[in-house]
Amino acid sequence: MTDPGKPGLTPEDLAARVEGRKGLSAKQRGQLPKVFWKEQDPAERVRNIREVPFAYTSAEARAEAVRCLSCKNQPCVTGCPVSVDVPGFLRLVADGDFRGAIRLIKETNLLPAICGRVCPQESQCQENCMVAKVHKDLGFAVSVGKIEAFLADWEREEGGVELPPVGAPTGKRVAIIGAGPSGLTCAGDLRRFGHEAVVFEAFHKAGGVLVYGIPEFRLPKDIVEAEVENLRRMGVEFEFDTVVGQTLTIDDLFDDGFDAVYVATGAGLPYFVNISGEDLNGVYSANEYLTRANLMGAYRFPQEDTPVLRRENVAVLGGGNVAMDAARTALRLGAKNVYLVYRRSEAEMPARLEEVHHAEQEGVQFRMLSAPIAILPTDNGWVRALRIQRCELGEPDEKGRRRPVPIEGAYEELPVEIVIEAIGNGPNPLIPKTTAGLTTTRHGTLVVDEATMMTTRKGVFAGGDIVAGASTVILAMGHGRKAAAAIDAYLKNESASEAFVTA
Amino acid sequence: MTSSADERSARIQRAERVFEILVKSNLGENVTLFEVEAPRVARRHRAGQFVMVRPHARSERIPLTIADVNRERGSITLVVQAVGKTTFEMTEAFAEGDSFSNVAGPLGNPTHIAVPGKAEDFRGTVACVAGGIGAAPILPIARAFRDAGHEVVTILGARRKDLLVFEDRLETASNELVVCTDDGSYGRKGFVTDVLKSLIESRRSGGRDVDLAIAIGPPVMMKFCSKTTEPYGVPTLVSLNTIMVDGTGMCGGCRVMVDGVARYVCVDGPEFDGHRVDFDGMMRRQAMYRPEEIASLERYRENDPSCQLQPAVAAAVSESEDASATAGEGKAS
Repeated sequence: MTDPGKPGLTPEDLAARVEGRKGLSAKQRGQLPKVFWKEQDPAERVRNIREVPFAYTSAEARAEAVRCLSCKNQPCVTGCPVSVDVPGFLRLVADGDFRGAIRLIKETNLLPAICGRVCPQESQCQENCMVAKVHKDLGFAVSVGKIEAFLADWEREEGGVELPPVGAPTGKRVAIIGAGPSGLTCAGDLRRFGHEAVVFEAFHKAGGVLVYGIPEFRLPKDIVEAEVENLRRMGVEFEFDTVVGQTLTIDDLFDDGFDAVYVATGAGLPYFVNISGEDLNGVYSANEYLTRANLMGAYRFPQEDTPVLRRENVAVLGGGNVAMDAARTALRLGAKNVYLVYRRSEAEMPARLEEVHHAEQEGVQFRMLSAPIAILPTDNGWVRALRIQRCELGEPDEKGRRRPVPIEGAYEELPVEIVIEAIGNGPNPLIPKTTAGLTTTRHGTLVVDEATMMTTRKGVFAGGDIVAGASTVILAMGHGRKAAAAIDAYLKNESASEAFVTA
Repeated sequence: MTSSADERSARIQRAERVFEILVKSNLGENVTLFEVEAPRVARRHRAGQFVMVRPHARSERIPLTIADVNRERGSITLVVQAVGKTTFEMTEAFAEGDSFSNVAGPLGNPTHIAVPGKAEDFRGTVACVAGGIGAAPILPIARAFRDAGHEVVTILGARRKDLLVFEDRLETASNELVVCTDDGSYGRKGFVTDVLKSLIESRRSGGRDVDLAIAIGPPVMMKFCSKTTEPYGVPTLVSLNTIMVDGTGMCGGCRVMVDGVARYVCVDGPEFDGHRVDFDGMMRRQAMYRPEEIASLERYRENDPSCQLQPAVAAAVSESEDASATAGEGKAS
């Protein structure tokens, strides 16, 4: 985790560390002070929407990379859903070979600028980092994510982006439904195999959750646009305003000559807590609130036409990244008091540590062990307050998280004008509803063969949140990658059997 | 093989959507008809469905019900009542030959062309009740019921004569058309609810029945149509047009209470049982952005040298309040 209060290392310190790196023993490396990055001042940044952390300089990135112990068993690689060769690229960074490092990352991860910023590193690559174990503090793990983001930014801004080579045309055509992280990854990989890739997107812009959900201050949109532009340069085609299931069906796509389909429509269906008052004016799903602010640019209203309510007191329900995003967006839209209301304690919150930390720094008021039980109205049907019940932690549930148990009689009213519900999203039902032959689970996610990501319908593959439920960007990308390889194998196999039949 | 792939690719290239305005015509005060090129929407459209339109890159996304399609021309017809910034801009700043940035659809569930509670092959009398520009979205529904063999009696009403639209088209699409105006400036004098009530009663006295009513128009009109039919037990459908962002179930902004349960107009609707809809709650939610809508419209007026400034703003604002959010910004049905 970041700690701007820590004394920084001087440029001389950094240079000396890089200079002397070859002579350091593993033990010495493990003892090196962490290189902390700078961040926008909390009081300042809540008044703008710019990215919060400043990128590492190249000297900082190199010095931080020197801290890697190059462990033999590579716990960081094991922790990464797409198995990025972390020690490998850190070694190259330490040596100053940024080009080599970004190439190595891109062998397994096409979108490092995004992953470096939005992956929950502390529960993936950085979770088992031996350096953190030496310091007995997860915050002292090697800053894998920050270095990854640095490399991607370096490539985009200085190095010149090298596109992965596109394979020789196979004449096969694949439709990808949804331009989110999973669909984009799959499309890029399919081009590498030489297949045509057409991405169908319901909105007017590519990126999925990266553009409608994750705010600018956490993931600048020009980065997403640059990644999408790279895919276009690789020959990926985009079809916007296309709601598959309505504008076209999967059957239409096959009729139009597509040879396979990848469904990556995400978890776009917001859940509500189901308490009284949710129909009042001023109650939002986080999806709506963030889509208005981000995709539709409501933070620039009235320069942009889409409005979003701006009020002084806002309650956000939930403890995940989306809740943090909504709370911090509310601050940037001028709220004075933003309460984050969560049923369990901070330890159980699923959000990235960095987001929790940033939210606290910016003044989000955490109301832990508080279950929302009603939204109270004004006389004319607006939100007046949120009624919450205090809880204590009981026995662990099936996921191992301790269950909140209401404390009898312990109620509180938070005076708020806006309530934003960020308690999770379900899979979008549009495709399962309009496509024959797809089997869903009781949660509404698509059933796939785990090895191939193929659904119960031949030639239709699926991945990302429509399969995993609300999960992470990196897992969605991992699915996209796995599916692309399986689609490639499937198409080759189909050609082979066709050739056999014709012969 | 290659040539067919090229053809496909070219087709998709062509479908690389230019939502060109083929026809624009003025239907009355602040009411404009657009025929827009949208071949994929036209091909799929069934009565009752809508599109999300984003006129230009800084616009809102607004839901507009499809009033008509021309499959040969690959076009859809939208009827827009200017009530807020986006709809005024659509009607003032876009001309034939211009294009809207985005048109996505068709969205929502098509109208089920049958009488609820009766066998699928039952054929009966359907009253299609249109208030104001509700005439536009009701047209394909009336036509579909008539084509299916039902007797369609359409009741078209507006506050005054110059707010009546689609009289000719509805005449053709219905077995019988009754026109009324609140002020008696055209057709019968009175509200659509009066006509609806007398229709039900006259049918009953003749031993027949109105088997289904479909009401589309301003929320308050749909509310009172539903209240009118309820004591007679006539099943009544209303088509809602609420504030939406995506139109595909993602935002939940369009939710409306039906029988005490939150339903999404975009994916569960847009049609609901009028006897179960919480119209008051819906109208309240429609007014959620009223101050922002007024500010946005004023700002648009101030920046637009061609308009008559303040009087126009005042008129537009009072008109929109009058229509009690003929459904907020973007209400076109």
